[in-house]
Order: sequence, then structure tokens, then C-alpha cells
Amino acid sequence: MDFLRPASWEEALAAKAEHPTAVPIAGGTDVMVEINFDHRRPEYLLDLNRVGDLYEWERGEDSVRLGASVPYTHIMEQLRAELPGLALASHTVASPQIRNRGGVGGNLGTASPAGDAHPALLAAGAEVEVASAARGTRMIPVDDFYTGVKRNALRPDELIRAVHVKKADGPQQYSKVGTRNAMVIAVCAFGLALHPGTRTVRTGIGSAAPTPVRAKAAEEFLNAALEEGGSWDNRKTIAPSVAQRFADLCSAACNPIDDVRGTASYRRHAVGVMARRTLTWAWESYRGARRATEGAA
Amino acid sequence: MRVTFTVNGRPQEADDVWEGESLLYVLRERLGLPGSKNACEQGECGSCTVRLDGVPVCSCLVAAGQAEGRDVVTVEGLADHARRRSRGDSAGTPLDEAKGWRAEGGTDSRAGAGTGLAPVQQAFIDAGAVQCGFCTPGLLVASDDLLERNPNPSDADIREALSGNLCRCTGYEKIMDAVRLAAARRSEGV
Repeated sequence: MDFLRPASWEEALAAKAEHPTAVPIAGGTDVMVEINFDHRRPEYLLDLNRVGDLYEWERGEDSVRLGASVPYTHIMEQLRAELPGLALASHTVASPQIRNRGGVGGNLGTASPAGDAHPALLAAGAEVEVASAARGTRMIPVDDFYTGVKRNALRPDELIRAVHVKKADGPQQYSKVGTRNAMVIAVCAFGLALHPGTRTVRTGIGSAAPTPVRAKAAEEFLNAALEEGGSWDNRKTIAPSVAQRFADLCSAACNPIDDVRGTASYRRHAVGVMARRTLTWAWESYRGARRATEGAA
Repeated sequence: MRVTFTVNGRPQEADDVWEGESLLYVLRERLGLPGSKNACEQGECGSCTVRLDGVPVCSCLVAAGQAEGRDVVTVEGLADHARRRSRGDSAGTPLDEAKGWRAEGGTDSRAGAGTGLAPVQQAFIDAGAVQCGFCTPGLLVASDDLLERNPNPSDADIREALSGNLCRCTGYEKIMDAVRLAAARRSEGV
């Protein structure tokens, strides 16, 4: 095994171009476990810890450009206002020790359906910035990034530079099912974001299909129901029948399996419950925001 | 390959390191510092917790080469780290001393606090927070980091900070007591 230690992003891309089989390692959450357990013996390890650019973030007009290696701890502590859904998701990642080293780039690179960041990225709206020495930078919409179980749209010579996550323009929620709060791989997870600017709701489902997915039929149903009821303006409570139909459609968007963490039918059920709850929490907070404004006026 | 880094305030070198080796393995097997424990090797149990550039991490998930040029504090250097923090004048812990580490403060009095033990170590002994002891080094490193960042933690803060450290003996109550005790002593200036 060779240990490649690029000192800059350009060097990292050059190394990946020269050795396309090189396995990138940053926080080590997934890669080191595979090596420790002898499940994987990569020819080259490509250490990204020295590439400082990957640890930086920039707040843009509409989105945050989040470096691939920005640790979850920093997302939780410093980007909660702009990326509330991702901050909530980050807080559910493993333990403080893991959150101190792991970042969203690793979640995307591994592309496990159970990665905690995915539902939040899908709900908020995001693009993955990837690059190669030969072809430069390209942006991949997060919806197109996950291509199969632990498969993604990266080409062999590409590395993940950053993820551009849309800044929240409304309340966001995240929910995850597991046997305890810390150190849990999701049985299933659900992210929801209200986008009052475009009058849309977006969702993300984790660990209940071969890839992280959005519940698009559920979103379309809810968008139409909110529009029809004038709900974005009058901010009335969402009717229980609407919330239930939304939950059912979210369950229907799942394509889960039975495994050691839970059965397929449990996952479908739990996703429906999380969908209804996160919608209620987020919508109540949207309603509360107006009350707060009116109270001040 | 060779890995050169700082361990407990002193420069160290490890030779013949395999590229896929973990920092934990280097500490235990190459440098002879077995304080950091090897249990799950998958970041689940926290018994290998060390400070890497000041930040608590699972050393089993750090590739040896990633530690090159960086600063590591293990449980063997915790007392020195605590002294440095309070007085700012320590020269670090030499490898021989770290290898021969003993809890010279004794087991039932606070007389030894400040010699061989960090305050949080003394508090673990006094509160009876050590049973089989396997999880203890990781819990000590995590607790010490918590109290450094937050001298007056709530119970929820303590639970959160220690949520990545598993103990299968004590049921955590004594460990909670120990961290509360260390915090109380510090605020009283004991």
C-alpha cells in the first residue's frame, strides 16, 4: 500500500488522475473500518487532511459552499442558521469523536443509503462540486448523485471538492430512527424543508431504499394542497387528512429491505410517522414565525 | 514508512509503519503506549480516544500517516496536559515516563492530585468510576476535553460529551459523578 499525501487541491487531483484506484481518506469513519477489518486493501490511500481548502466554507447569496471535509461539529456549531436541516442531521452522526473528523464529503463518497447527511441535502436542495485534473470542475445535482447502493456519480479520476447547499428560506426538520441517540446507524431517516420562496416542500428519505431518495409524489401532493388552501399566505394549520396523505405517499416512496436494523415494513411505517411529524413541526414553526412578526408589529 | 509527530508534548518517531496502520496501533505497538485501548476498531466504543491537534478523536480511525507532523495527547500525558493548561510551563512527558506511568497519587486520597494524576483522573478514582478500567482512558480524555471547553457542564452536556464512550460495567452513574466532582473541585479551586 502507498500513502499519498498531497499538500494542495491541485496535487490531490493530480494524484487521483495518476492513481484512479486510490481511495480518498479524510475523517476515516468508513475507510479505516474497512482496513482495520481487512475488508479492503487499497493499493493507494489518498490522504486529504492536508488540503486546507476542503475544511473551509463560504456563505454565498443563495447557498453555502461547504468544503467536503468541514467536520460535522462545525456544521452543527457554525452553520445552524443557514443550514438548519443539515445541522440537525450532523448532530445525529455517531459521536463527538467521529463528528470532529467526519464531513459531508465522506458521506457522499461512501454513498451509503444510511448516510445521515443525505436526507437533509435532498430536502434543502444541493449540488455536489466535483473536479478532475483533466476536465476541471463539474456540478452534480444531489438528486442525480446517488446511483446505487454505495454507488455515486463520481468518475474514477474525480474528487469531491464541496457541496453547495441552498440556504434555508424556511423551517427545516430532520428525524432519524435508531435504538439510541448516539452511535447509531439509521434504521431510517427523514429530512423535510419548507421553501416559502418557491412555495414548495422538499423531502429526503434515508436508509429506506437502495439510495437516498426524495418522496416526489408526496411533495407534489402537498405542494398542490398548500396552494389550493392558500396555506402559504393564510398559514392555517394543515388538515390531518392532508398530513396523513402526505405521510402515506412518503411511505410509498420507500423501497426498503429487511436487515439486522429493521424490517422493510417497519421502515415504511416509520418513514410515514417521521414525515407527518416533521411536517407538523416545520409548519408550526412557519406559522409561529408570522405570529412572532405580528406580535412585534 | 516513518511517522514523525508530537506525542504528549515531545517529538516522537515511529519506523516501519505500514501505510494502512491506525494511529492507535502506532501508539500501542510502535511507541509502547498501551493506555489508549483497542476494543472495537470501528469508532463505536471510544476506548481509543486521544486528542489530535487538541480535538478528541478515535485513534483507531486515524491512519498513521494522517498523524504526520501533528500533535497527539494520550491518557499517559493527560496529567502533564492538565498541568500545562493550568500553569503553561510543562516540558511534556518523555516516552520512558509515559511507558512507566503509574497512578502515584494513591487510590483513596486526594493527596496525590497534581503529581501523577490530572484532576479528572483523581475524580474518577474518588468517585469509584473505574471498574474493569478498559473504557477509562477514553472516558478520561473525553471528560478532560469537556471540562476544558465547558468548566461547568450540565448533566446533558456530560452525557452528550461522553456519548461516544461505552462502559459495560458501571452503568455510567459513577462516571457522571466523577465528571461532576471534577467540575465542582475546579470551580471551588481545590
